[in-house]
Order: sequence, then structure tokens, then C-alpha cells
Amino acid sequence: MSYTNPTTTPRKSSKFDDYTLSEIRRAAETGLYDIRGAGAKRKVPSLDDLLFLGASMSRYPLEGYREKCGTGVVLGDRFAKKPLELKIPITIAGMSFGSLSGNAKEALGRGATLTGTSTTTGDGGMTPEERGHSQLLVYQYLPSRYGMNPDDLRKADAIEIVVGQGAKPGGGGMLLGQKISSRVAEMRNLPEGIDQRSACRHPDWTGPDDLAIKIVELREITDWQKPIYIKVGGARPYYDTALAVKAGADVVVLDGMEGGTAATQEVFIEHVGQPTLACIRPAVDALQELGMHRKVQLVLSGGIRNGADVAKALALGADAVSIGSAALVAIGDNDPKWEAEYNAIGSTAGAYDDWHEGNDPAGISTQDPERAARLDPVAAGRRLANYLKVMTLEAQTIARACGKSHVHNLEPEDLVALSVEAAAMARVPLAGTDWIPGRSQA
Amino acid sequence: MGCFDLQQNTLRDLNAALHRQGDLLRVGGKADTQWEVLNPRGSHAVAVGVDGPLQITVCGSVGYYCGGMNQSGEIRIEGSAGPGVGENMMSGSIRVTGDASQYAGATGRGGLLVIEGNASSRCGISSKGIDIVVRGNVGHMSAFMAQSGNLVVLGDAGDALGDSIYEARLFVRGQVKSLGADCIKKEMRDEHLRLLGDLLKAAEVTDVRPEEFTRYGSARELYHFDVDRADAY
Ligand SMILES: Cc1cc2nc3c(=O)[nH]c(=O)nc-3n(C[C@H](O)[C@H](O)[C@H](O)COP(=O)(O)O)c2cc1C
Repeated sequence: MSYTNPTTTPRKSSKFDDYTLSEIRRAAETGLYDIRGAGAKRKVPSLDDLLFLGASMSRYPLEGYREKCGTGVVLGDRFAKKPLELKIPITIAGMSFGSLSGNAKEALGRGATLTGTSTTTGDGGMTPEERGHSQLLVYQYLPSRYGMNPDDLRKADAIEIVVGQGAKPGGGGMLLGQKISSRVAEMRNLPEGIDQRSACRHPDWTGPDDLAIKIVELREITDWQKPIYIKVGGARPYYDTALAVKAGADVVVLDGMEGGTAATQEVFIEHVGQPTLACIRPAVDALQELGMHRKVQLVLSGGIRNGADVAKALALGADAVSIGSAALVAIGDNDPKWEAEYNAIGSTAGAYDDWHEGNDPAGISTQDPERAARLDPVAAGRRLANYLKVMTLEAQTIARACGKSHVHNLEPEDLVALSVEAAAMARVPLAGTDWIPGRSQA
Repeated sequence: MGCFDLQQNTLRDLNAALHRQGDLLRVGGKADTQWEVLNPRGSHAVAVGVDGPLQITVCGSVGYYCGGMNQSGEIRIEGSAGPGVGENMMSGSIRVTGDASQYAGATGRGGLLVIEGNASSRCGISSKGIDIVVRGNVGHMSAFMAQSGNLVVLGDAGDALGDSIYEARLFVRGQVKSLGADCIKKEMRDEHLRLLGDLLKAAEVTDVRPEEFTRYGSARELYHFDVDRADAY
């Protein structure tokens, strides 16, 4: 009697999954770490793990389409003579010209302007197109100081000192040679076609005491007109927020680990920094303890995609949110209509993140004139405006359901969490219980 | 001549007054172009964002960022300067008769910064076109990531001079303690001697000759990432 050993279904390791295996092979072949754009792709506790309770016997809703639910926000009225008055609590985050095409930057400016909000420059400086098409433009003051000059500083509506980014707190930037067109090279004062590192530390100040003096300098240069923001990555949000307030910021921009980037090491994106959800409460704590909540505004970013995310961020204490990746999708990034071309460069719509290579079929993360011309900045700006309006309507829908006449009146009490982790991070009760892990007894 | 005593008036008023002169000149108005600042006593951000051909003498030592982002101003500091003197200067000139602290001329894009004493670490860091002439020594990490412009040092340079340098030119007359990654000694050709001669002249340095200096600059080996050179960082 012959015996055949029965086979089991081939089983792949959850630890050594297909992606991990391919990464090991890629590393072995090239000897280089993987660089890519976009934000963390792994699942981390997020705003999705929270739910609003809505109205009930003791909470009265507002009538949709009839009763007003305000969405305006003023940023920077602590010290600046000219704070920014935004119609919606959603801003466009800083994304560099260089990483993005001129048309993409123009589209972002147009979309923001149509909805009464601000857009932000990025590493590489301010372009005339961007200034021209952005009613409210925040000027980033970065460690590299590429393209930085006092004329543009004076042209800006606000100044954002970048200390860190959620995707890479503690990391600088890298723009590979193929994206260094003559215009990008000239703006950055570097030879064309070489890899350009963006420094991770500011060249002329170290630590919060120096930063306070740097802020005074920037205020003096701009005659105390412009709000000064400080952008930090989601590393130590409690201390960073407190120190930013102490250094004299008007606004703190806090970017969690899901935040997108133009180009960074994969290992940085996925393994450094805290999730956006985990960053909010410590930052709000710092503001409240200093008596500065709503006086120094908190702008939250990192993975914001829809009106529910906006409403949740505000309920937890943020004054506004900022979007990068979602804005790029709205203007056409990763659109399935380019599927054949994504396939040709070894990707697929929805997964394309090699933004640093400059081959973006959608014409957004590229400096190649032919590709960049695919993006019509007027139509793309319109799409962004539509999307921002939808997000705002969604946030208002939730706020009205919770009985709030302004989106800023949303509060933690309106929320519950779907997981123990999210309950602990957001400090709201686990759904169906009155348990806030770490705060109350089970 | 405008005179401003920082013990009696605020920094805000000083900088606003200087900015106003620039505005007046731009519309063809009559402006005070000569200024004297008394009693700075280490104040920060003195004469920052000057935008016009004003001549400003600061009588005493200053704190951080004096002359920051200067455009066309001629600023003379009779004393020493704290960190970041002339940071991101665009044009014009700044002269420090004493010593300068860290990051002198950081990210400067143009103009001339002369330091008659010594400069501390990171002098000319990330420079983008500025010319800096230091009569004394410069500290460690000077010209770190310097992109363009010239740094002239009549004395010695500290550790890691020109680390990760791009296209800036460095001329040192004394000893260099060590060179940073990708920074090498380079041949001094006629064009460099001429350039250096002009820089020394502009800085009103008459007692040394260009031939006494050594030139340093980028080996350009880190311009494209190469895993086999990763240990250079
Ligand atoms: C293409 C791209 C370029 C970026 N460039 C910059 C930059 O120059 N400076 C900066 O502070 N942040 C930069 N960021 C980060 C954004 O400002 C923002 O923090 C992030 O996109 C927010 O997360 P989100 O993409 O999930 O909305 C960039 C992000 C992207 C996607």
C-alpha cells in the first residue's frame, strides 16, 4: 500500500508578506534604501476609529440647510497685525515647487482661493504663478532656505517656520537629479541635474530659545504684520506645542505620521513619528495648560481625507486642518484614467508613490514639461474647490447633527471610540462604555 | 543723519524707521540715508530687513541676526556680533569690527560681510552667493553645505571645513584643521587669484596677497547618491 503525504495549501507568512519579500530582494539588488513619496501606508489607530454620537433626547440637532453652522476660522491673531481669515477650516499644506509642477501649484492656489482658504509654498521658494493665483499664501521658512528671500517674505500672508514634518520628523529632504530642471536649479541656487539635499536643521538657530529670537527677527523684518506659524512633526506634541507657544508662535501646525511627503525613505515614513490621532490631545493639553487654546491656533494634518476627519480633528480641539495628499488626489493624482501608464512604470493607480522620480503620468509630481502640461490648472483648481466644499459640507452636517452652530463647537463629548487604542489616544470613551483607558476605571 | 538710542527707543521703532527710509527712496521721496544706532547692548535683530542704500553705524556690540536679510544697506557694527550676523543677506555690506558668533552670513545670497576679528563655527553655512571675508580664524563646520559665493579666511579654519560643499569657493591663508566630506584642496588658477584680489580689495584688506591663500572646494563626488560612498557621511 503506497502512502502519499497529503499536501496542505501553500501558506505565506504574515511576517514575510509579498511586499516585505520584494523589499528584501530590491535592497539586495540595489544596496539602496527605498525612497518614495506619500504618507504611511500601514494601518495605525486613526480618526476612523472614532464615531460621533449625534443628537438625542438631551442634545438638539440643528436643521440642515436652514440653521447656520459657521465654518470660518481666524489664524494668527495672537501677535500679527494681519491675521488670516479663512472661510473654511481646511487649508492646503506646504508642498514644494520642485516636487510638484508649476501647474499643480497653480491649481492648488486656484482651488484654495475659490473656497476662501490659504495655500502654502514649500521647500524651493515662492513662484510668481503660485503667488498670483493664491489669495492667501503661507510662506514656508525651511532649513534649506532654498529660494528664501525677504521680498517674498513680505509678499506672503503668513510665515510658517518648518521644524518638522509628520512623514519624517527629524529628516531633511532629497530631490533627485532628474527633477532638477533649470528653473528648479536656479531657484535653489544649485547646479542643474544633481541630487539636492534639503537640510534637516535650520542653519542659524538651535532650540526653542534661539527660535524665539528668530521669530522676533522675522516679525521685525515684516513689521509685525504677518502671522507666524510653527510646523512640527508628530514626535513630542505636548512639548513641541508648549515650546512653540513659548517661542512666540501665532499658530502651531502639527503633522502626524500619516502625513504625506514628496520623497523620503520608506523606513522613515513608516517607523518614525506618532499617528495623527495620538498627537492631538497632548497638543491641546499644552495649549490649555498655558491658557492659549483658541488663542494660538492649532492646525492639524496627516491623513485628513473627508469632512468626518475634519469634524473629528476639530472636536478634539484643533482649530483647522491641513491637507496635502488628498488635495493632490482631488486634482488628479493616481487617477485610474492613467492606469496603462502607471503599469508601464511598474505601478498601478492608487499605489503610485515614486513621486521623486518625476515620471508622474498625471503631470503633478513632475518637472517634465510634456507631462506637466497634462494638468489643466484651471480645471484642476475647480476640482479642488469642489472637493474642499464637499469636505466642509460634510463637517457641517456632522456639526449640525451634534447641535453645533459652528464647527468649532464640536467637542470630545460628542465622540466615542471603536477601539481601546483609539479611546486611550483620543481620550473619549470606548463605544458602549464609559471607559477611557488610562483615565477612568473599567 | 538719523540717530537712534536703543536705551531710549524700542527696537520696533528703529527697524520701522529704517524700513520707512527704504519705502521713501522707492517712491523717490526724501529719506535719511545715514543712521547711527547707540547703545545696542547686545540687542537682537538690530537693523534687520533693511531695503535700501542706507548707511548704518551701530555703536557697540549686538546680539543675534544683526543686519539679517539686508538689501543694499551698508551696515557697520563697531563691536562684536552675536549669532547669524547678516543671515540671508541679499546685497549691500556688513562690517563687524570685532568678532562674530556662530552662523555668520548663514544662507547669504549676495553682498559682502567683513569680520575684522574671528568668526565662530558654521561661518557661511549654506551660503548661496554671499562673499565673506574674515581677518581672523573661523570655527568648525564653516561653509557647511555652502552652495555658492566665496569665503575668505586670513587666519585658520577649524574642523570639517566645507563639509558637503556645493559650488562655493573657500580661500584660507592659514591652517585648516580638517576638511569635511567632499571638500578638497584645489588648484589656485589665475582667475581665482584675480577673484581673491578683488575680494580682498572690496574688504579693504591691503596687507596680504592672494598668493598666500589655498583654495578649497567641492570634489563633487556626493552630487549623486552612491551607496559605495555612503560611509562619507
Ligand atoms: C508632494 C508633497 C510635497 C511636500 N512638500 C513639503 C514641503 O516642502 N514642506 C513641508 O513642510 N511639508 C511638505 N509636505 C508635507 C505637507 O505639508 C503635509 O504636512 C502633509 O502632506 C499632510 O499630510 P497629508 O498628505 O496626509 O494630507 C509635502 C507633502 C507632499 C505630499
